Amino acid sequence: MTTHYLVLSALLFAIGGVGVLVRRNAIVVFMCVELMLNACNLAFVTFARQHGNLEGQIIAFFVMIVAAAEVVVGLAIIVTIFRTRRSASVDDANLLKY
Amino acid sequence: MGETITFWVLAVVSVVAALGLVFSRKAVYSALMLGVVMLSLAVLYAVQDAPFLAVVQIIVYTGAVMMLFLFVLMLVGVDSSDSLVETIRGQRFWAVVAGLGFAVLLAVGIGNAVIGDPAGLSGAVTADGGNVPALARLIFTRYVFAFEVTSALLITAALGAMVLAHRERSAPKATQKDLSRARFLGDHPTPLPGPGTYARHNAIDMPALLPDGSVSELSVNRVIARHDVEGGRLPDNPRLAQAIRNVASGSGGTSPSPKVVQAVAEEPGSPSRSEGLGEPEGGGRSEGFSEPEVLGDAEDKPKVAQTAGRAAEHPVEEEGK
Amino acid sequence: MEPAEIVQHSGGVIGVSWLTIVLPLLGAAILLLGGRRSDRWGHFLGVAMSLASFVVAALVFFELLGLGADQRRRLVQLYEFLPAGTVDVKLGLLLDPLSISFALLITGVGSLIHIYSIGYMAHDPDRRRFFAYLNLFVAAMLLLVLSDNYLGLYIGWEGVGLASYLLIGFWQHKPSAAAAAKKAFVVNRVGDMGLALGIFVIFTTFGTLSFGPIFSHASQASQGTLTLIGLALLVGACGKSAQLPLQSWLLDAMEGPTPVSALIHAATMVTAGVYLVVRSGAIFEGAPTAQLVVTIVGVATLLAGAIIGTAKDDIKKALAGSTMSQIGYMMLAAGLGPVGYAFAIAHLIAHGFFKASMFLGAGSVMHAMNDEVDMRKYGGLASVMKITWITFGLGYLAIIGFPLLSGYWTKDGIIETAMEHNAILGWLAVAGAGITGFYMSRVFFMTFHGERRWDKDAHPHESPAVMTWPLIILSIGSVFGGAFLIAGNRFMEFLAPAVGRPEEMPSFQPFSLTGLVTLALVAVGVVYAWLKYGRSAVPAVAPRGSFLTVFARRDLYGDALNEALFMRPGQWLTRLAVFFDNRGVDGLVNGLAALIGGTSGRLRRVQTGFVRSYALSIFFGAALLVGAWFVVGNL
Repeated sequence: MTTHYLVLSALLFAIGGVGVLVRRNAIVVFMCVELMLNACNLAFVTFARQHGNLEGQIIAFFVMIVAAAEVVVGLAIIVTIFRTRRSASVDDANLLKY
Repeated sequence: MGETITFWVLAVVSVVAALGLVFSRKAVYSALMLGVVMLSLAVLYAVQDAPFLAVVQIIVYTGAVMMLFLFVLMLVGVDSSDSLVETIRGQRFWAVVAGLGFAVLLAVGIGNAVIGDPAGLSGAVTADGGNVPALARLIFTRYVFAFEVTSALLITAALGAMVLAHRERSAPKATQKDLSRARFLGDHPTPLPGPGTYARHNAIDMPALLPDGSVSELSVNRVIARHDVEGGRLPDNPRLAQAIRNVASGSGGTSPSPKVVQAVAEEPGSPSRSEGLGEPEGGGRSEGFSEPEVLGDAEDKPKVAQTAGRAAEHPVEEEGK
Repeated sequence: MEPAEIVQHSGGVIGVSWLTIVLPLLGAAILLLGGRRSDRWGHFLGVAMSLASFVVAALVFFELLGLGADQRRRLVQLYEFLPAGTVDVKLGLLLDPLSISFALLITGVGSLIHIYSIGYMAHDPDRRRFFAYLNLFVAAMLLLVLSDNYLGLYIGWEGVGLASYLLIGFWQHKPSAAAAAKKAFVVNRVGDMGLALGIFVIFTTFGTLSFGPIFSHASQASQGTLTLIGLALLVGACGKSAQLPLQSWLLDAMEGPTPVSALIHAATMVTAGVYLVVRSGAIFEGAPTAQLVVTIVGVATLLAGAIIGTAKDDIKKALAGSTMSQIGYMMLAAGLGPVGYAFAIAHLIAHGFFKASMFLGAGSVMHAMNDEVDMRKYGGLASVMKITWITFGLGYLAIIGFPLLSGYWTKDGIIETAMEHNAILGWLAVAGAGITGFYMSRVFFMTFHGERRWDKDAHPHESPAVMTWPLIILSIGSVFGGAFLIAGNRFMEFLAPAVGRPEEMPSFQPFSLTGLVTLALVAVGVVYAWLKYGRSAVPAVAPRGSFLTVFARRDLYGDALNEALFMRPGQWLTRLAVFFDNRGVDGLVNGLAALIGGTSGRLRRVQTGFVRSYALSIFFGAALLVGAWFVVGNL
């Protein structure tokens, strides 16, 4: 079963990654990042059970906390950018270039 | 056996939902799809001897984080849908290649790995008398420092969010007197007609009739009107349908209340401040979110200039057509 | 007879003979460091220092005369100059008849020219600087001739080169003067390289640089080594004395003020080569080949100088050609061994007098004619400048070898000796004497006789006394110097302790065949010049002339030869190096930079500013890492 969980985790991770790459709405991009984090969490939990060790669950727990903090700050940034630039597209913020 | 069934059902559900998250045009759908994935994962956690995490997943992620997402979505404008036209050349193709390659590599790697039966967590948990006490022991003993640091992180994040999202008031708060004066100086001293006034329908998306029998475009919200137009849910009456189309396209009158607010807030020197977040306004307002061609792609600009130049060269032809 | 032993000396005037060098050096230092403050009295200080030096030299001379003939080589140790391992150079002064003759000539003629310059440079704002350089020259030249070793000689050699450079380019504002100074400097470098190489070989051969040990051991060295040393020293002598093939700088050096031409480029510095050859006589006597080359160079130069002299319209350049020619005579004599040495030095001293007299006379003429140097614009000056005419005329008669005047004694001695040594050399020297008669007469007649071809604004007048008195004194020297030195072999006896006594003293025969032929040829030259330039009119613009005239006018194509042989290939080489540097080295460096720059410019485009592009590359990187991990893990 462990293999299945891990493959599912990899699949979700890849889907989240593709989402980050193809979506332009900053909020959706953020959701995809969350999806990737969740995929990782699944792997952690799976490994915790595989090895009979609670550390994996602890890590997953911390990931959740960090993800929550990240979402708070990230969304605040999005709101701020949207307020000044009237846009939530990640492509619009492309001034830092060659 | 039960776990296998649960896994396969939830695996399919979560993968489909993840794909839906990526491919749905509307951000709200994406958010809901993400919720589905999170819930599925919560169940999978529960199945894998992690009841505490499953609950935290539901409470923190599905409950808090998802709500935050939805809230911000509503804040920055829910009425627009993301354009799916890719503007960076090759980005989509290579993204899919990279994603597939990554997934296949990982899957093959995991599939090739020799993995025995899971050890199970019962051994680790029994000493403390359950999953939660066992986790608690670890968090408050071995990982207590990380835990405390995380609390500092959360405090910082909260403060940061407040600082980032905070906006200084640049003009004195509009008093009732100011609002009233602005309303009388504006187009509509009277309250806007509600949909119920001389209503011919009991639906909120149907415009009201004015006492003289004409259709009041002011009585319909633009967002709702646009949904009707996009969904093809127009009434049979051509006058009503035209009014809804006018509202949706922004050519007709819109709800005047923003204008009133605008008139009040529009102090000289701070015009940009007047544009409230999430307040539906004139047509230019929506492009921030849907923005089909806003991207300053270097390739597009010359084309525009070319077209303009061509039009300037052959004005007669254009008129002749 | 071998030269006398060198004796250590202390006390007396000889003990302080270093004052001769130090005094003018002090004068130069004061004048150069004193700046404008010393403008008012600078020239007097210069003259005083030069005269003081002359007085010391004269006292030394008399003290030497007081000693026995075989005691007349005195060595004055000054201090240890370079005590470094095997190189142990003690700086000392060698006072012997040879060096004291030079010292007297340098300080004596030098003092007269110093005095003359007071008048000549009276209107030059930089007169003080001029005297400072003159003093510097006198000091360096004295060091050259008085030093008891080759290193001191070399220092003086370079010192006079520096002074010569500074004085040729004294009027720096004239591009021609600056170019001439540079040319003299560069050509002299070639000669100095030869001298330096010679000194190196001397040191490796003998292990010392002092004259005494070198000359006493010269016979022990192999003939090949001595020939090598001799030829190297000859190259140095050629450079300094403007002998073929390093003669090209002397004519241009006339750009300097006329007293400089008289002192440095006629009387003293250019004779340093002769001094070097005579001083190194012990080495040359062991290397007959080198001696032969010296005589050939001498004869070639005496003819070349004479031919150049015939075609020059510039009075100073004509005199410069004559200087070359006369030094050629000295070289010829110096290459003939001990018999010739005395004649060489005697001719050198006599030449110092009459050539200085003529150069200063030419300076006097130029002074009178608004610095005009073209002889075609002179003519008929004899009546307005009597003293100059007479003194120049005496110098002229002396140089062409008019009987009983200086040149007659010394030059005739050289010709006779050469004739005994080698008939071809002798007859060529005779021919040179004939040409000398012609071109010097040409100069004399074009300047002082014939019709007046002056510019309208020229008002010739006799020069002031401060300029004419040196002329008079020098002309006295040019009249009686030769007879005084040569008659009764007086000078030869005097020099013998320094250079060795010839096996048989030459007996002077006034009317030998050679002498008569020489006189006849000179007379023919004088008469021809009189017919051509004295009696008939001289065209104001030089006629095109025959091929030979053009050949002579162009300095025998010496400059063209130098340009073709050295300058052009040098320029090609430089251009090649520049090309290689630009295309090869710079091309490599710049190409690399351009490559990196261009690549960066293209790679820069990767920075699109789209965060999704960056994310894509990160994702690809992660995928690659995973792939690599599998590959490595499976190995």
